[in-house]
Amino acid sequence: MKLHLPADAAAKALGAEKVAAALKAEAQKRGIALELIRNGSRGMIWLEPLLELATPQGRFAFGPMTPEAVSAFFDDPAAHPLALGRTEDLPWLKRQTRLTFARCGVIDPLDLADYEAHEGLAGLRRALEMEKPALVQEVTESGLRGRGGAGFPTGIKWKTVSEAPGPKKYIVCNADEGDSGTFADRIIMEGDPFTLIEGMIIAGLATGAEQGYVYIRSEYPDAVNVMSKAVEIGRAAGLLGRSVLGSERAFDMEVRVGAGAYVCGEETSLLNSLEGKRGIVRAKPPLPALQGFLGRPTVVNNVISLATVPIILARGAQFYKDFGIGRSRGTIPLQIAGNVRYGGLFETAFGLSLREIVEDIGGGTASGRPVKAVQIGGPLGAYFPQALFETPFGYEEYAGQGGLIGHAGLVVFDDRADMLQMARFAMEFCAVESCGKCTPCRIGAVRGVETVDRIARGDRRAVGILKDLCETMKSGSLCALGGFTPYPVMSALTHFPEDFARAQEAAE
Amino acid sequence: MTLISSPASGPAVSARVSEIVAANAGREGPLLPILHEIQQEFGHVPEDAVQVIAEGLNLGRAEVHGVISFYHDFRKLPAGRHVLKICRAEACQSMGSEALGERARAKLGLDWGETSADGRVTLEPIFCLGLCACAPAAMLDGELRARLDEASLDALLKEARA
Ligand SMILES: Cc1cc2nc3c(=O)[nH]c(=O)nc-3n(C[C@H](O)[C@H](O)[C@H](O)COP(=O)(O)O)c2cc1C
Ligand code: SF4
Ligand code: FES
Repeated sequence: MKLHLPADAAAKALGAEKVAAALKAEAQKRGIALELIRNGSRGMIWLEPLLELATPQGRFAFGPMTPEAVSAFFDDPAAHPLALGRTEDLPWLKRQTRLTFARCGVIDPLDLADYEAHEGLAGLRRALEMEKPALVQEVTESGLRGRGGAGFPTGIKWKTVSEAPGPKKYIVCNADEGDSGTFADRIIMEGDPFTLIEGMIIAGLATGAEQGYVYIRSEYPDAVNVMSKAVEIGRAAGLLGRSVLGSERAFDMEVRVGAGAYVCGEETSLLNSLEGKRGIVRAKPPLPALQGFLGRPTVVNNVISLATVPIILARGAQFYKDFGIGRSRGTIPLQIAGNVRYGGLFETAFGLSLREIVEDIGGGTASGRPVKAVQIGGPLGAYFPQALFETPFGYEEYAGQGGLIGHAGLVVFDDRADMLQMARFAMEFCAVESCGKCTPCRIGAVRGVETVDRIARGDRRAVGILKDLCETMKSGSLCALGGFTPYPVMSALTHFPEDFARAQEAAE
Repeated sequence: MTLISSPASGPAVSARVSEIVAANAGREGPLLPILHEIQQEFGHVPEDAVQVIAEGLNLGRAEVHGVISFYHDFRKLPAGRHVLKICRAEACQSMGSEALGERARAKLGLDWGETSADGRVTLEPIFCLGLCACAPAAMLDGELRARLDEASLDALLKEARA
């Protein structure tokens, strides 16, 4: 009997290890030979742990699986109360366009042959036949923009590094993923690590870099573990090393672990951290592309940006570019989180409305209460009220509404959320995580907390002070931590003024 | 066995730290890997390690101190026997993590960042574990738990106090 059960961190946190133990024990008891593959997650977190049974008719899903339900599964899978039918027919999966995540949850994450059997390495093989400018051109034409938050065109960044002089260059993968509501980097590193490795090698070929680093946050021990193993396997298989797949080209890489600092997700802070320094943000210029890691030309890209490169090379720029809207080309892994019924990772072309994402795909709140607000793009992203739910998912579309898509995390809140408290939290988070380099961020955020507290006590004048403070932070901060904290604060104040007037009414 | 662990010090510490420094010194940007390895080994970064690292990497003591204190992960003192980290970021808040945090603090009699007097448990906040679609989330000694409610939190607290 061949089964798949995710070893993804979310599946484990929901009891996958107990299910695995029960499956093994039951199989042994019944004398059944069991092949249990620990795959990544297919992203349907609400169904985790999601057990799959391989049959000649395809894989059949059961979930959320529990140890108690294992015995009945062996009796008669078809009649099991948790049976969901064929996995690929599940509507939540069927509605998606899985390009970056095509293999995630399907293959054994550390089986390179399985990876190759599912279109893995096709992009790299093509890239090895191409000259640097053509490779850069292909990525530029695909319209791929940075998925880490800023949305900078990936091809243009690569071009700068490619043309920069210097004997030594680097590819640094930003796997710091500190935004609440995001887990796409985690899921792909745990579920399909070779995609990221392949993307980094291609980035190396395009720019002339022969060394890569993946900087993974320490809060992700499972991702660190899987990525490290994948790198070792890649080296042993000749994918990484002096001769990539037997070619004349060299590329090697290493996994590095962060140490619990949100600001280290900012690219220059990350580079300082990688160098072994305090994670202080560097002033730009110089651009990291010209003077990055150890002062050398460096590509810093998010996990998803890099992990999307293989499919672009395998299928061509035009194929990828044909998905999406406006200047947001291709697909985006939405991470639907918080107080939501069907939470998880949903990869789709850009352009869905927030309403479709939250109501149709997410199924509304987990609590069953009305949706009050959705925070998009992490702790530096705006809170959107119902009135803005028709906004199509895209970089410019969100910017036009005073928001940002960031790393595409969406956190749903029900009507019990107190938006004044959320504004306070945003300021508090900024104060705690500030690298300390600029005053508007370091001191401003502390003042911000105090000012929100004054509003909470009914001080009407403090509202104006909060607005001024946000203006100062916006204009006087070196990086987006101080510069974008005003987004959640101001959106809360603008769209939910009643939450800021409650104490005032009580006082009057 | 003593319940309350004191910081490691002395020649044995320095010797082991020297080994760790030497093993990593050839890497590009060796300091964070070194600090992680030291913390892995001793449960914290002992004061005695600072001098050894500084000498080994040709840095000032103040510089090494500065790095250690910049990052939330590095401890100057050992943690409790169990470390419970409860997520306090937005997605977990939307599912009631603040009330669970209050409950944990009350039941353990600890504030965030404190270790119980008997050295059994340290309670810490954490900001996102990537389990935001199955919030609220927590981590006990590196093991993840999700979709916590009062009952499962109480069970977790019981484990943490054991
Ligand atoms: C405070 C702060 C935190 C950030 N955190 C991350 C992060 O965790 N992951 C990430 O990829 N980018 C993060 N960024 C954005 C990076 O600075 C950078 O734009 C990105 O890594 C570039 O890669 P991309 O072009 O592929 O998106 C952060 C930026 C700021 C200001
Ligand atoms: S805005 Fe804040 S985090 Fe960013 S550089 Fe300035 S002080 Fe550091
Ligand atoms: S916000 Fe708690 S796990 Fe992400």
